Parts: sequence; C-alpha cells; structure tokens
Amino acid sequence: MEDLGWGAILLGVAKQFLPVWIALVVTFAVSIRFKRRLGLYGKLFDSTIGMIGFAIVMFWVFSALFADLIVTHDTLSQISQMKNKMPGTAKPDGSGWYLLGGDHLGRDVFSRMVAGSRVVIQIAPLATLFAFMVGVTLGLPAGYYAGKLDTGLSFLANLILAFPVILLFYLLVTPEIVETGLPQYLAIVLFLFPIIFLMVLVNSRYYVMPAFRTKVLTAIAVIGGYLYLALVGEVGTKVAVLPNAIDLIHVPGNILIVFVSVVFVNSPTVFRIVRGITLDIKTRDYVSAAQTRGERPWYIMLWEILPNARGPLIVDFCLRIGYTTILLGTLGFFGLGLSPESPDWGSTINAGRKLLTIAPHPAIVPALALMSLVLGLNLLADGLREESLKD
Amino acid sequence: MLKFLLRRLFTMVLTALCLTFVVFFLTNLPPNLEKLAKSEAGSRITDAEVESWLEKNGHARPLLVRYGEWLGVMPGWTREENGVTLGRCIARGQDPAEAPRFCGVLEGYWGLSSVFKDDVGTIIGTRLGLTGILMFWVMMLMVPVSLIIGVLAGMREGSKLDRSLSTFSIASTATPEYVSGVILIAVFATSMGWKVFKGTATSAMDSITFENFFLPVLTIALYGIGYIARMTRASMTEVMTAQYIRTARLKGVSFTNVVMKHALRNALIAPFTVIMLQFPWLLNGVVIVETLFNYKGFGWTLVQAAGNNDIQLLLGCSVVAVVVVLATQLISDVGYVFLNPRIRIS
Repeated sequence: MEDLGWGAILLGVAKQFLPVWIALVVTFAVSIRFKRRLGLYGKLFDSTIGMIGFAIVMFWVFSALFADLIVTHDTLSQISQMKNKMPGTAKPDGSGWYLLGGDHLGRDVFSRMVAGSRVVIQIAPLATLFAFMVGVTLGLPAGYYAGKLDTGLSFLANLILAFPVILLFYLLVTPEIVETGLPQYLAIVLFLFPIIFLMVLVNSRYYVMPAFRTKVLTAIAVIGGYLYLALVGEVGTKVAVLPNAIDLIHVPGNILIVFVSVVFVNSPTVFRIVRGITLDIKTRDYVSAAQTRGERPWYIMLWEILPNARGPLIVDFCLRIGYTTILLGTLGFFGLGLSPESPDWGSTINAGRKLLTIAPHPAIVPALALMSLVLGLNLLADGLREESLKD
Repeated sequence: MLKFLLRRLFTMVLTALCLTFVVFFLTNLPPNLEKLAKSEAGSRITDAEVESWLEKNGHARPLLVRYGEWLGVMPGWTREENGVTLGRCIARGQDPAEAPRFCGVLEGYWGLSSVFKDDVGTIIGTRLGLTGILMFWVMMLMVPVSLIIGVLAGMREGSKLDRSLSTFSIASTATPEYVSGVILIAVFATSMGWKVFKGTATSAMDSITFENFFLPVLTIALYGIGYIARMTRASMTEVMTAQYIRTARLKGVSFTNVVMKHALRNALIAPFTVIMLQFPWLLNGVVIVETLFNYKGFGWTLVQAAGNNDIQLLLGCSVVAVVVVLATQLISDVGYVFLNPRIRIS
C-alpha cells in the first residue's frame, strides 16, 4: 500500500472525526435555534469569539465521548516496523495507515492523541468542580464573617499559594509519599467538601420544610457518603473502608492522586476569588434586606450572595479548566502520577520530546491538541465574560 | 508604613517557617529515610540495619528536634563511637571541641547533597547564578514586548489592532512552556524545520550565544507575555476612558502625546504588580524549560533533587523557592503603594 500525502492525511483524519462533526453540527443547530430561551448559554451564540471557543471545547468533549469510534488502532499495540515513522505511513501488512505516524515504540500517534483527550476531559472539569466546591465552601464564610476566620483561612491559602507548584507535585506524587497514604488522607479532607456543600445548600433552603429537607439530606448523605467512601478507600492501600464486594468504584490509584493534587493546588485560588467577591457583595442592599428579614447566614451566603457572584465564577471556571489541563500536562511532562503508558497528552509530549530531532510528530500532535483545548477554553471564557457584562 | 512593613515581614517569616516545616516533614517521611539509608549504606541491607543506620545518623529522633537542628536553633546531635565523638556539626577529622554547637540553615550550613556529593550551599549558589542569567534575559524580552503589546492594544479599544493583539495574547497564555518549547524546537532546531537555533542550551552554561540561548528564553517569555499584555491592556483601556484623558484630547493634545505623556504612566501601575507576581510563575516555567533544554540551572537541580530523593538539596531548593515567592510578594505590595499615591495604608 502507498503512503499517504498530506492532503490525504488531512482527509483521513477529518473522516475519522465524523461522529464529532455530526455531534457538533447538531449541538450548534439546536443551540442557535433556541438561543433566546437558553439564558447565558444562549447568549454565547451572539459572540463570534465565544462560539469559536465553544466549538473547539465541544470538539474535544465529543472526541472524548466517541473516542472508541474514532481511534484507528489500539493505543498500546506496537508494530516494531512503525517506530518513528512519518505521518501517513502504511502499515507493513497493508491493512491501513498510521494517520499521524508512529511513536518511539511503534504505536499509532493519532489514536493515542484521541484516547488522551478522554483522560483530560475526564479529570480536568471534575477536578475544577471539586476545587470550586472547596473554594466556595470556605471562601463564602471567610468573606461573610471576616475577622479571625478570614485571617486564618487566608493565611492557609497563601501558604499553599506560596509553594512552587512543581515542588508541591514532586512532594505529593512521588512513590515514597504515596506509600505513606498521604494523598489519600488529603482526598479524605478534600472530597468531604462537595458533600458538605450540597448538604448546607439544601439545609439552608428547605429549613422551613423539615419533612422534605430531611428526606433530601438523607439521600445526599447516603449516596454522597457511599461515593465518598468508595472513591477514597481502596482495598490494599492505607485507607480501606469498604470491603471489595461493595466498593464498586475502582479509581486507579495514581489517577486519584493526580486528581487530589490538582484539586489541592487549585482550591486556594478559587477561595481567594470567592472571598473577594463575597466581601464586595455583602455590602449590597439585598443582603441587608435579607439580614433584616432574619434569614440565617448560610441562606444569605448560598442563596443571596453566591447566585449574584455567578458571572465572574463561571468565567473563572472556564479559565481554570484550561489551567488544570496545563497542570495535568505538567504532571505528565515530568512523568509524575500517571503511568508512562497512559495516552494523556502530557505523558506523550514527555515521551516524544526525547526524540524531537529525529521524529518531532509524536510530541507535536499532543502538544497542538493540548494547546487548542486550552485556547478554546480561554476564548470561551472571553466570550462568556463579554456576554455576561452586557446585562 | 513601617508598621505595615513589619507586619508583612512577620507574616513572611511565619509563612517561610510553616512551608519549610511542611517540606521537611514531607521529605523526612519514613519511606524517604529508608531509601536514603539504602542508597547511602548499600541497597541490600536488612530492616534492622536500616534502623541502626538511621539511629546512628540522627534520623531516628522526634521530627521537631530534627527540624530545629536543620534550621540551626537546636544543637546538632553528637554520638560517641570507639572513643571518637561524631556529630552533625563535626566535620570528618575535626576536633569535637572546636566544632560549633549549632549548625543549620541559619548558620549557613545547608547540608550535603547525596546526588552531587557537594555542599548544598555551593550547588544552589552556582545553579542560581545560571538561572539568574536566564531570568535576566527572559525579563529583558518579556517586559518590553508585553508592555508594548498591551499599550498598543489598549490604546484604542475594539480596533482591529486591539483584536489581533488580544488574540495573540490569549493564544500565548494558552500555550504552556512544554508545548511552545516542543513546537519551537521542532520548527527552529530540527532538520525538518529551519535549523537556525540549537535544541539544547547545555553549551550556554559556558558561553551564551544567540543561537543556543534564544529558544529557552523565548519559551519562558511567551507564556508570560500574553498574561502581562492582557493586564496592561485592561489597565490601559481603563485609563483611556478617564476624564483627564478626555480633557487633554479636547485641549487639542495629539493622540500620541496623550498616550505617551498622560496615559502611559498611570497605566503601568497595575502591570508592575503583575510582573512581580509573575516571578513564582517564571519559577515554574524555569523548571520545565531547563529540563526541556537541558540547561543545568536551579530548576534542573530541583528536578534532580526531587527525582533522586536528595533530601538536603531538595530542602535547600525549597527554601530558595519559598523565599523568592515571598520576597516578590512583599516587593509587589510595597512597590504598588509607592507607585500609586491613591492607596493609603491604614
């Protein structure tokens, strides 16, 4: 079989992404059709920059979703003749091509890049969400009550922020530290915050309807508690709570550690942002009105202040997912956390950079992928900021 | 002002103490010490031998005591063996009576690196020097370029120039160093692209040339440029809508003069803080770029220390990193007050 030229490669790649194109067209058609009824999300389609950003981000989200349909080869199978082969090289048995070439072990670069999007799309938004839960749960009271609580929490946040991120990663993710179970203890603390957040949220809202409130709280406690215990504990490690028969969620140990350290690094910044906004908003009239009505502090924080802080928080959320993606890549680049076989972009860049002068494509492909995703998130955040300022 | 400074200094010292303690705690966990014992005394020693090695070398005592020793506020350990007094502060062959009682970071004794077999103080000194050169050139490139981009973009908000420069800034903040570095090397330093620069900066440690030093400098600077330019743009657009700018324009002052004489000085206050706060970020970039370009500076040393369980060197590196971060925070706060007369500290 012939090797492919650049035009044919592009065509082949575009063809592989077919499910993504279809999903993108459907999303955009539906969203633009109903954009007047969709609030801030709908307004996004009034701004070109926002739309471009959204398209890029959704491209990768759909790629992650349909990764199994898109990949052309198994991400780990190696063909020794294909080592460092250029993009478009035909396989020796003639059964197909390596669309974007082979890496130093003879694996398909294209398939690994697509599979890598799944790792990033799974971890980055979720980790950012967790960081927001931690930041909001601590930032709201710090800004609202101020005083000693604020001083203490701010000192802690500054303490973590003064750490060079890479040093922190090296200290948290190295095998010796993992052996002591420290990241898992961190997970125990950090994963508690989403549950606390949800319970306080429900409790403050439905305090006057005790029957309903109790039901919802019990549901959160049972479901959240189970997820919490299943996520944090793993049989055979330092923290093993549930027996293997009930523990249905098996997060590979190193992914949990990466996840925890990313949340840990991100939450102080979120805390500072939330605290700053709260300090500003609590002087508004509607907060005083709520106080005069006799609302309880947590109700005011979560149902008066938080909804009014959503604009900057949503924008920061988008930016922060991008930042988290960069952090995950950094971890991969230093070979920390995720296993070397993992197809995530950071690890593949790290593996490819050593042979950059012989074959640059194994590193360039994931590098461009990562760059485009972060760029998309930045553009999306910019569009959202512009549109949310228009109200 | 003095009270403010003193309070900031106090917080700074407290933060530094907490952070070094955390690093000390994390690097001195039992598995690390066990690994240290095995690398120093042979990898096949039994658990009991590990115990006795740790005992002998003063690692088996309470954490706070060891931290105090390392810091230099507790007297170093001493031990009698075959009639010879050994101790933390006693160099080989030195008379115990002459040795100092305290030896820690505060006394200038940083310990010995187990990887480089040298005094941590000297290693960090030379490495920091190399990184300093890198940082200097990064600043020389990054600060003027980003300020010019920011001012040009913020001068006329919404213009074509603004749009294109802002897009460039966003693109550059979206490109972390390990991505831009890889792309730059592939384009400018391989036979597939133009081979104008070198893909490694190892030779730059002896003699710096444009050829071997431009790519690493550019890689670090690119990531910062976008961010500083965006901040400058934001503050410039704000200044350009101020009353006194309109007055100057109505008075008939030319646009160039308004920008150069009236707007620029006020617009540069905010970026100053941002540039100072970029230092910790640069530290991050330095670690990545020095690893990527094999330039053996401070960042490279940090990676080596962390990867090889070199406890003393890692502690030394973190002290330096933490001090750099805290010092820049302080300078940015104080500088902001100096530059902006509207800020009053109560």
